[in-house]
Amino acid sequence: MNPERIQDLFDLLGQVTGFIYPNEIEIHWGILIVVYPYVTGLVAGAFILASLVKVFKVKEVEPTYRLSLLTALAFLLVAPLPLLLHLGHPLRSYEIFLTPNLTSAMAMFGFVYAWYLMAVLLLELWFEYRRDLIVMARDSAFPMNWFYRALSLFSTDISEEAVAFDRKAIRAITIVGIPSAFLLHGYVGFIFGSVKANPWWSSVLMPIVFLMSAIVSGIALVVFLYMVLTAIRNEPINMRCLDTIVSYLFYAVIVDFSLEALDFIHRLYQSEESVKILGTLITNKLFMSLLVLQILLGMLIPLGILVVARAWKFNEDMRKLLYFASVILIQVGIFSTRWNVVIGGQLFSKSFRGLMGYKMEVMGIEGLLTALILLVMPFLILATMVRLLPTQKLDSTGAA
Amino acid sequence: MNKRQFLKGLILFFPAGGLAGVLATTVRGKETGGADKKTEASGGKETKAQPNGSYDPGRHNYGMGIEIDKCIGCSRCVEACKTENNVPREPFFFRTWVERYVVTKDRDAVVESINVKSKISKEMLQDDSEVLRSFFVPKLCNQCANPPCVQVCPVGATFSTTDGVVLVDSNRCIGCRYCIQACPYSARYLNPVTKTADKCTFCYHRVVKGLLPACVEVCPTQARIFGDLKSKASRLVRLMRMNKIHVLKPSLNTDPKVYYAQLDGEVR
Repeated sequence: MNPERIQDLFDLLGQVTGFIYPNEIEIHWGILIVVYPYVTGLVAGAFILASLVKVFKVKEVEPTYRLSLLTALAFLLVAPLPLLLHLGHPLRSYEIFLTPNLTSAMAMFGFVYAWYLMAVLLLELWFEYRRDLIVMARDSAFPMNWFYRALSLFSTDISEEAVAFDRKAIRAITIVGIPSAFLLHGYVGFIFGSVKANPWWSSVLMPIVFLMSAIVSGIALVVFLYMVLTAIRNEPINMRCLDTIVSYLFYAVIVDFSLEALDFIHRLYQSEESVKILGTLITNKLFMSLLVLQILLGMLIPLGILVVARAWKFNEDMRKLLYFASVILIQVGIFSTRWNVVIGGQLFSKSFRGLMGYKMEVMGIEGLLTALILLVMPFLILATMVRLLPTQKLDSTGAA
Repeated sequence: MNKRQFLKGLILFFPAGGLAGVLATTVRGKETGGADKKTEASGGKETKAQPNGSYDPGRHNYGMGIEIDKCIGCSRCVEACKTENNVPREPFFFRTWVERYVVTKDRDAVVESINVKSKISKEMLQDDSEVLRSFFVPKLCNQCANPPCVQVCPVGATFSTTDGVVLVDSNRCIGCRYCIQACPYSARYLNPVTKTADKCTFCYHRVVKGLLPACVEVCPTQARIFGDLKSKASRLVRLMRMNKIHVLKPSLNTDPKVYYAQLDGEVR
């Protein structure tokens, strides 16, 4: 038993207002479980942006296609780590695969994750990069030529028919991939939305709200990465591409905002047993993270910025600045959304008579430091991948 | 008292005590199924099965009755439970606990868990004339027939037994705590020692041996009644016949098997 943790619980007793059941003092899903839906959301969002190019033939977005896919992969590789680290017995996690309980939403995690990683993302990336890998293997020296050869799974055919087949395969995978990406994140929403014991979570809209906010955060992240990457590489930004993505982002934010507003109004209007305690929850515990960070800073202000950027004819530099500011605010907003769902849902008693407090560990395995490391990791993975794999198609001479 | 009277008294006292003892064990045998009673087809005579291995879970469906008006809030049940089941002593881990409700004249209920020292206890010590009614409510796992915790456990570590008890296999539990989130009664906690989910088992280890759960055993007012819903002779079935019965949060369709008599509408 960790005596510090027990001392923390004694401290938390002082933060309790009203009545809570005695087992409720400990908050069970902490910052790591906030990171998990945030990261999976970025995966789903980035993938859906990529699929705009292949399925819906939005040619303007082409320059960010590979970057989106790589972003999705980098974040997907990290996605299971927060879950694993928060388990009481991480070494038993394999049981989820071996003896899953079929009625459990959480048991499906392994299958949804494996399907998305193996059958969608890696496959699509392989077909997309196969030709370039072969070209790079040919053009680079030992040991990188072997590295690329291994990545291409030792295929050598770059004939016109083979590349045409790659294109067809990518299209087919993307068509399967879109519902899979919806599944991946809608499913995370379902894990929360299906808990009937918790009125803050229990909502049929939860998977859809999760999905829309995932699309918002994923698109915003790719815009951010694209702008940073071009700045680092000293390349010109393709403004047509950026304007198009941002307009998709704008509509996604509007849909996301409408859904969340609908959920809020619905709860308020139905005014069920839990409405009072949820009201005090919002005004007492979530004022900063919900009203200020999520709604004002994370949604209304970026929405305003995007409206201004679209309505006025600004020059390119001004537009870039506005876009950059809004995508950062949107990330803050979506992270707050995850916080408010996960932590907010555990700050009120199921007796609806009282509120608890959450004290985040800093150094512990379920603490802030771990969360920060987990949030930085995908960027490091992505930086490595972007260094090794071209983000634009190589021409026949091997130049990007 | 002379010697003759004393000896006469002894002759009556010992057989009477023995008889009372025999009766007590017979009654208890009917309450719990540990010593399975088997009805012989021919004579309808009840014989006790041997406790070694002949326990048949299919013959039982356990539940608990709680008479609110009998609970005096002594918390002996909570103590007994912590001792019997090795529950951590800190006031954040309970398999069972007792809540005190004080309903005031303006129909506000002031509630506290009497096993946790909180600041409310001072606030609620207000003018006695304001108090409309007050009562204690023992709480524990409701051993739901339709348990959300079992539904959500990703690895099947928590499960319903044939005799109607929800158990946790601590060798299988991965400590994801989804079950804790799913329990509407907050009857579960993460055991800080084993790092697995933990909760009331109706003292299953005792029940299968024909003993009563520890909390029932120690309750001085018999506010807790343990019994077999399949046995018409059980005290639980009798309690449910003689009282108006309510369960907690029936709207959630969990089908709880802890039945409260004289339960107040304020209790959630």
